Amino acid sequence: MPTEELMAQETVAPWMAAPPVYDNESNLPDWYQKFREESWKRFVNTADPKRTDENWRFADLKKSKFSELLPAAQVEDEAALIDRSEKSRLTDCAAHYVFANNRLIDSDANGLPEGAICLPFGEAIEKHGDLVREHFMKEDRSLGGDKFAALHGSAALSGLFVYFPKGVVCEKPIQVHHYVGGNQQVIFPHTLVVAEDNAQVSVIDMFETIAEEEQTLVIGVVDLVAKNGANLQYVALQDESDHGARHVQINSTRAGRDARTKSAFINLGASWIRNESINRMLEEGADCQIFSANLANGVQEYDQRTLQTHEAQHTTSDLLFKNALYDEARTIFSGLIQVQPGAHHTDSFQTCRNMLGSDKAEANAMPGLEIDADQVKCSHGSTSGQISDEEIFYLQARGIPAEQARQMISLGFLNESISRLGGEELKEFLFRRVEKKFANLL
Amino acid sequence: MSDSLKIENLHASVEGNEILKGLTLEIPKGEVHAIMGPNGSGKSTLSKVLAGNEEYDVSEGTVKMDGVDLLDLEVDERSREGFFLAFQYPHEIPGVSNANFLRAALQARLPKGEEIDAVAFYKTMYEKMDALQMDRKFTGRSVNDGFSGGEKKRNEILQMMMLEPKYAVLDETDSGLDIDALKIVAEGVNRMRGPERGFLVITHYQRLLDYIVPDVVHVMVDGQIVKSGGKELAHELEEKGYDWVTEELAVA
Ligand SMILES: Nc1ncnc2c1ncn2[C@@H]1O[C@H](COP(=O)(O)OP(=O)(O)O)[C@@H](O)[C@H]1O
Ligand SMILES: [Mg+2]
Repeated sequence: MPTEELMAQETVAPWMAAPPVYDNESNLPDWYQKFREESWKRFVNTADPKRTDENWRFADLKKSKFSELLPAAQVEDEAALIDRSEKSRLTDCAAHYVFANNRLIDSDANGLPEGAICLPFGEAIEKHGDLVREHFMKEDRSLGGDKFAALHGSAALSGLFVYFPKGVVCEKPIQVHHYVGGNQQVIFPHTLVVAEDNAQVSVIDMFETIAEEEQTLVIGVVDLVAKNGANLQYVALQDESDHGARHVQINSTRAGRDARTKSAFINLGASWIRNESINRMLEEGADCQIFSANLANGVQEYDQRTLQTHEAQHTTSDLLFKNALYDEARTIFSGLIQVQPGAHHTDSFQTCRNMLGSDKAEANAMPGLEIDADQVKCSHGSTSGQISDEEIFYLQARGIPAEQARQMISLGFLNESISRLGGEELKEFLFRRVEKKFANLL
Repeated sequence: MSDSLKIENLHASVEGNEILKGLTLEIPKGEVHAIMGPNGSGKSTLSKVLAGNEEYDVSEGTVKMDGVDLLDLEVDERSREGFFLAFQYPHEIPGVSNANFLRAALQARLPKGEEIDAVAFYKTMYEKMDALQMDRKFTGRSVNDGFSGGEKKRNEILQMMMLEPKYAVLDETDSGLDIDALKIVAEGVNRMRGPERGFLVITHYQRLLDYIVPDVVHVMVDGQIVKSGGKELAHELEEKGYDWVTEELAVA
């Protein structure tokens, strides 16, 4: 319909003239080509986020606008980035991948268990097209970021496909570094993790900028699929430059019968981030846990929207988001618990806690609940407060100077959600990263 | 200058109400003194004023610790100078592990640039925990978070054992402890008794003083020390009750 398209062209500021595909040489299957084209159309026809949209309430919309975006160019000094990634590599990981501006520049998959498939996205589409197709970007619902998701769909060929067949278990995490650099450049990491029945897998994505002070953008989409009895953990650590970097990440989690998922967003850097997380408990016994630890300072804005949806009886979920805010930082948390008709005997919890370290910091919280079933245990709540004088006094009374006491308490506050994850080294690693940012705050 | 914790004519108030009304007390190094007194007489207030809690206004009086003016120091400075308070109600610090907390407290006592020896630290901590019959899982747990009353009190004593203060005030450390735990804690305190340390044991009940036998017992009523004596005074108080002291005062 030409008129419709014409109207869309007029009302939507074109962020870019064509799909930001960086690599046309791969031998892509038809379904995927088609998916890209449709995604591009959807991107073009979807309006920018509006103030009147409940999904963008409290957001500073200027930050979600883009006048020009370029597909990320190949990085010059790849060796330096590989070196850098080694310095923040877990000693005990099953596999390690490094992407720089969408391109895989290093990998080591020696610790993977037998049967597990772990491939960069482009290769996975060629070699395991059917598997990818079955699970890739299947979520129709959106928490507001559909325009970003559409752009991602039109371009993504970066990131990792992780497939654990039935019963394949690995406690060690798979670690993935994503680097982005160059002004107006955008990367599209996609992480697709499928854990078949009774499989166990853990993945950590790390997002960093190559340089400071560049206007970079990450638009990532993560699909997590835990089949019956599977155990799936996913962590996103975002530690990009505070100046200029923007970051969008849209997670979708599906949990089958007796499946357990844990997913976490750890945000330390970037000037603006938008996290969305849809968690669906599809069959009895499914359990989704969602965590976040965010340390925001300066003028950083962290905008997070979540959905926990119970679609079967006897499902459980728990969400714990923690924000420590300093200076003029802003956070937005909007979380909805939905208990679908007939999803009796569900337990669903949601907590967002904000620790305000400055009078000018602003924490917004919008918890929500929709229950359409019986025998349901649900609670949601959010709190905002400052560190109590009594807590500081207690630490100080043991000889710890007041400023350090403050820092320890804030760190402990954030660590409470990190500590709910699995894997000792991983938790310690995340904790150290948060600690490092705190050290730079002072 | 004699080595002691010397409190003279201490007046302190909170929200305009005077709680300590000219309290005078000296604990020579090497001695264990006990303060007994009815609820609300100001015992915890005294302990918190000594530790430097800013909720309380000190309007008059001095506190000298081995000649150092304690009231001039910040809370953390007092601790590093060798003052310790085992709190009646220890605070919970979610997300900060006991081990990290203790380590930070010890680290704060080292000169700049010097790092704590982690191996030695854990070894010492485990020894002290064994002595207090504390499970080692407490090292990884958040400070006092979800601890029972008794566990919190043991944790206070563990901190005291690790920090080795010159003067320690124990505020109702016996409350919340069953008799076995009380013996363990008392044993820990007794092992720290010696010529280089002074103790002030605050308690409501005489029971604790059967296990930590004091050199001197003071009775505190309405923000003042009204009577002092030997350890037998504790028994007398237990038998006759606090009214006996107040009545005796009224007569005198
Ligand atoms: N922070 C405070 N705010 C208000 N009143 C207080 C505070 N601390 C103590 N008080 C009051 O001071 C008095 C003495 O309390 P406290 O020192 O706790 O006594 P004790 O430890 O001997 O039972 C009580 O009347 C108590 O209510
Ligand atoms: Mg008291």
